[in-house]
Amino acid sequence: MLDKRFVIPLQEINREAFASSIPDFNHRSEIMKTDMGYKCTITNIVRLTEQEKLFQLRIIDNRERDIFKFKPGQFLMLELPGYGEVPISISSSNSNHEFIELCIRKAGHVTSALFTVDEGSHVAIRGPFGSSFPMDEMAGHNVLLIAGGLGVAPLRAPLFWINEHRDRFLNVHLLYGVKEPSQLLFTYQFDEWELINHITLHAIVEHPTGEWQGKSGIITELFDDISIDPENTYAVVCGPPVMFKCVCNYLDKLGIPMNRMFVSLERRMHCGMGKCCRCMVGSTFTCVDGPVFNYWSVMNLKEAI
Amino acid sequence: MIYKVISKAEFKRFIDALVRNNSSFGPRQVDSDFRGKALYQFLPVASFDDIALDYTATSSSAKHFFLPFREELSRFIFHDEDWEQQITYDANPIVLIGLRPCDISALNILDDVLLNGHYPSPYYLAKRKNTFVIGMDHLPLPDCFCKSMNHHIVSSGFNLFCSDIGEEYYLSINSSKAFNFLKEFDTRDPLDEENCRLAERRKLISNSFLTEIDVTGLPSILDIEFDSPVWEKWGNKCLNCGTCAMVCPSCYCYSVEESMETNLNGAVRQKKLYSCNLVDFAEVAGGHNFRPKNGDRLKYRYYHQHRGFAENDNQQICVGCNRCGRACLSDINPKNVINDLRMEKESCLTNVLSSPCRR
Repeated sequence: MLDKRFVIPLQEINREAFASSIPDFNHRSEIMKTDMGYKCTITNIVRLTEQEKLFQLRIIDNRERDIFKFKPGQFLMLELPGYGEVPISISSSNSNHEFIELCIRKAGHVTSALFTVDEGSHVAIRGPFGSSFPMDEMAGHNVLLIAGGLGVAPLRAPLFWINEHRDRFLNVHLLYGVKEPSQLLFTYQFDEWELINHITLHAIVEHPTGEWQGKSGIITELFDDISIDPENTYAVVCGPPVMFKCVCNYLDKLGIPMNRMFVSLERRMHCGMGKCCRCMVGSTFTCVDGPVFNYWSVMNLKEAI
Repeated sequence: MIYKVISKAEFKRFIDALVRNNSSFGPRQVDSDFRGKALYQFLPVASFDDIALDYTATSSSAKHFFLPFREELSRFIFHDEDWEQQITYDANPIVLIGLRPCDISALNILDDVLLNGHYPSPYYLAKRKNTFVIGMDHLPLPDCFCKSMNHHIVSSGFNLFCSDIGEEYYLSINSSKAFNFLKEFDTRDPLDEENCRLAERRKLISNSFLTEIDVTGLPSILDIEFDSPVWEKWGNKCLNCGTCAMVCPSCYCYSVEESMETNLNGAVRQKKLYSCNLVDFAEVAGGHNFRPKNGDRLKYRYYHQHRGFAENDNQQICVGCNRCGRACLSDINPKNVINDLRMEKESCLTNVLSSPCRR
């Protein structure tokens, strides 16, 4: 028989009022059910290349859809129930509140499973997480967007932002390098970007095949084609780890200040909330403090690039 | 904080009352090692006599009550080509008896990491709120270096802390729950003499540390020595087994895995404690490993333990219990690694300074 005087009472945290509300990842301190995702329908799937597909998602619940607001450069955790969760950068416009577009490469366990999913299936997203590109700070300057391979996916969000506010920016260049012509993503949008939005697009291919008409080589060779005004330029770099160093060093030599170069880092992530430590670079969380860093902070982070 | 003194016989009655009415865990001897030294673990206890209050240190830490090795984060129920996500934060009240100051400090650090910041962890909060912690001071083991990390004395994070002052226990009461329980027992306010005995006891503990690590300026040394050959030397010894992180009272890195139930009616998202020394810790899909070498991973562990958190919260994660050093299969311990790193530094110094002249 228990002596009631000495029984420690159960304290439930579920009872607290805010635990029952839907998680609002933008107002971080209020959230309790940090593992509860927003349920989405896959409304459209576009095959971009052999390896990449573009998934268009729509959050089912109206309230949740209103809450989900992100900034260019942020990422979300995409959950495929039964398989797991993956961090994916958002590559649609942040003014598009109806649909979210994610460009996904078939690379691991979860993304491979995701490639077998049909339109109309339900997945879940958590987020948005992380830092974003300072679009307001960039306004009034030239912008250099440098993408390598799949790096164009996170850059598509700032590109949309620039396109929607084109009058606020001076010259905008998109430098895009891939291994083979068949790996070029979003080719169907190239004309739109160039002709309607007046973004100068330079694509380069490392191993050209027969039909490729453009330049061939590595991405730094594209810098010969454009004139950069270091005083008045912001650079945004995204690509595989090997690309950062050579591109950023080149831009540094040109005289672009380090705090005007932004990189978006890639790391393994399991939580997105600065808890699991898988994405840690030195003492910095890529998921909370990043994935967008300016080059100065990256230089200070050991082993970042 | 309220201070009381309780006689040992009365203390036994008090602990018995707590233990019999709650699910309780305390240190118990499980085995002895090849040298004949007793090995302890925190295990369920049924009465005061089960608890080995004079234990040295447990092999695993008390963090597993708050961060279990496997923990269900959420559950997916499949039905009609759709699914439903369910989350529960269930934690039953438990009593933890006999935690050492360094163990409690580690809990305070975990509180900082997991409950402060942008995304407080409700899973941890549920467990932390429902745990009644009774601390107990002890004389350090020869290889403990808690004093160097300033964690040999703890002033918060427990419900009740007991210091052994001879015939009595000197109690530091840090929660109303503990105060209410103690109302039922014979306690009294400490006399001057007992305050003196507490001061003596604390002095004795702080003077008994045989191992010392100089951690002044360690964060910047770790930065400067980032490319030091010391890391490769110790990295070559490391077996990448991850034992150190499992026994560490303040390591919290984890991995999230999802598994389908065998009847295909649902799936479970589980959190599993992980170690940064395991090979695939920083490996991304597509095969690129951001920390491919043993030395890189070992360095990262020290970096995180002694520098990473220091920069963010002005505190080191390591509490100095040396569980990792004791558990390591290839005899890597923080004392040697950090001293090695410092020697590296001092050998440069002798090169710079002119040597004293000899007659």
